[in-house]
Amino acid sequence: MSSQTNPQGSAGGAGPAISLRDATKTFATKGGTPFTAIRNVTMDVRRGEFVTVVGPTGCGKSTTLSLVSGLEPATVGSVTVDGKPVNGIPDGVGYMFQADAVLPWKTVLGNVALGLRYRKVPGKEADARAREWIQRVGLAGFEDRYPHQLSGGMRKRVAMAQTLITEPSVLLMDEPFGALDVQTRELMQDELLRLWSGSGAAVVFVTHDLTEAIALADRVVVMTAGPATVKDIVEIDLPRPRKVEEIRLTPEFTDLYRRVWDSLREEVEITRARGASSVA
Amino acid sequence: MSLDQHVTAPTDPAGPAPAGGSVRMWDFLRGRTGHSRITVNAVRVLLVVFWLGSWELACRTIMDPFYYSRPSQIWHKLVIWFTDGTSHGSIWSNIAVTLEEAVYGFVLGVVLGVVLGVILGRAPFLSEVLAPFIKGANAIPRIVLASLFVIWFGLGMSSKVATALVLVFFAVFFNAFQGAREVDKNLVDNARILGAGRWALMRTIILPSATSWILASMHVAFGFALIGAIVGEFTGADRGMGLLINQAQGNFDAPGVYAGMLVITVVALLAEWLITQLEKRLTAWRPQTTTTPATGI
Repeated sequence: MSSQTNPQGSAGGAGPAISLRDATKTFATKGGTPFTAIRNVTMDVRRGEFVTVVGPTGCGKSTTLSLVSGLEPATVGSVTVDGKPVNGIPDGVGYMFQADAVLPWKTVLGNVALGLRYRKVPGKEADARAREWIQRVGLAGFEDRYPHQLSGGMRKRVAMAQTLITEPSVLLMDEPFGALDVQTRELMQDELLRLWSGSGAAVVFVTHDLTEAIALADRVVVMTAGPATVKDIVEIDLPRPRKVEEIRLTPEFTDLYRRVWDSLREEVEITRARGASSVA
Repeated sequence: MSLDQHVTAPTDPAGPAPAGGSVRMWDFLRGRTGHSRITVNAVRVLLVVFWLGSWELACRTIMDPFYYSRPSQIWHKLVIWFTDGTSHGSIWSNIAVTLEEAVYGFVLGVVLGVVLGVILGRAPFLSEVLAPFIKGANAIPRIVLASLFVIWFGLGMSSKVATALVLVFFAVFFNAFQGAREVDKNLVDNARILGAGRWALMRTIILPSATSWILASMHVAFGFALIGAIVGEFTGADRGMGLLINQAQGNFDAPGVYAGMLVITVVALLAEWLITQLEKRLTAWRPQTTTTPATGI
């Protein structure tokens, strides 16, 4: 366990929280030719480690998350969570989606309590714990609002509380802040780091944004142009706790940014060239 | 598999996008022309006065009131029905019978339609297998089944309930099917990750998502239920509004036919109002829209 990982995480059992071995996912398409989203992906995520995944647009980063979450089975290769092969949705997995996935017909309280209700926690206790989490994500006073009465950033806070209340040991995030404006996004990044620190959860966070990837991560995984595979892994040895808007101005950050971008640039260029040829 | 062309699109702007044509229709019915309420209502009253007045006048001069009746005769008939009663007991008991048949048929049809629609909407294989049979059943002129039901169930209430049921079922079924299929995949995935089982998923995600589609169909469906009950009574009955209209027809009593129509129309409008209230309750979570309720119909 490297020095910058979350200290509580090292207390967990032996072995990685998530492990992919030569995982390949092929989708059937209408045209008949199968489409390979990811190919021979091998990576481990330690307990309590924050890993971000960057790669060119549409390379299959999200597919990696759906394999780990059990929403999609791997075509070839193995995926394990907590040492157990993924077959259906594993226990202790949380997933924050790119698009809004809060229920529009439930209040903030109802949305946050949802996971506990599904897990048959008695109503009173579920509500009390939901209120606690609503407080923790800074939405106290908004318990009875419906999602359409909230701003985009507030809905993300609801989604965050909804996911974190189940206390996942593996947290998957698919560009959760992609749709937010820059200021709100940085605020949410700090909130995420604050809520995650001490949770001991292993995080896999997919993003397009290199600044976000480096500011949050213990390690940045760079994926190749699709079909995606792991190209490079960059250790981020910046001290925690971090403040996103401060850390990105330090020279260490700039060096890391250059290092990751050098690795990613080729892949982005390949993707762009393909896009250009398919347009032409 | 394409069971989706038989749907009634939800009319609420926050619901899934309905087909363009019906949107414009609803805008028109909701009176979004920008004129003041008073002007609009005054013109409406004028139209009714003009229509009834010209009818009355025409039947007192050039047309034969025996065939076409007159507003004053219809009014007279209504007054008799409501004060002295009809040839088959009081008018209220006849309305009650028809309404009871329509409501039973409606409730059973809605329950069956929602259950089967939602199940097939979530089971692609089953819906593909059953698609031709369902489309075939939908193509049957179901109103004719009323005759069959009278043979099967006799002149009592059950034959009318059955007729109303088959009419309601298909209207609701296709919408529930569509609604269950259009559920946002993100919401389903999110709920599954949060630990929802099959039943919890149905109750907390699929049914609420399909609600706007189902409610949209219920407006049409209650009309169908009334039609089913009345046609059932037409075919053979011992009580009810359909029987009164049928007897008026047999006696060449045109005012009786009109009066029966009018009573049923009022009942249908009241039911429509009730369903709108229910819709508002069930969709209270939606953003408030600027549209006024459908006062125009």
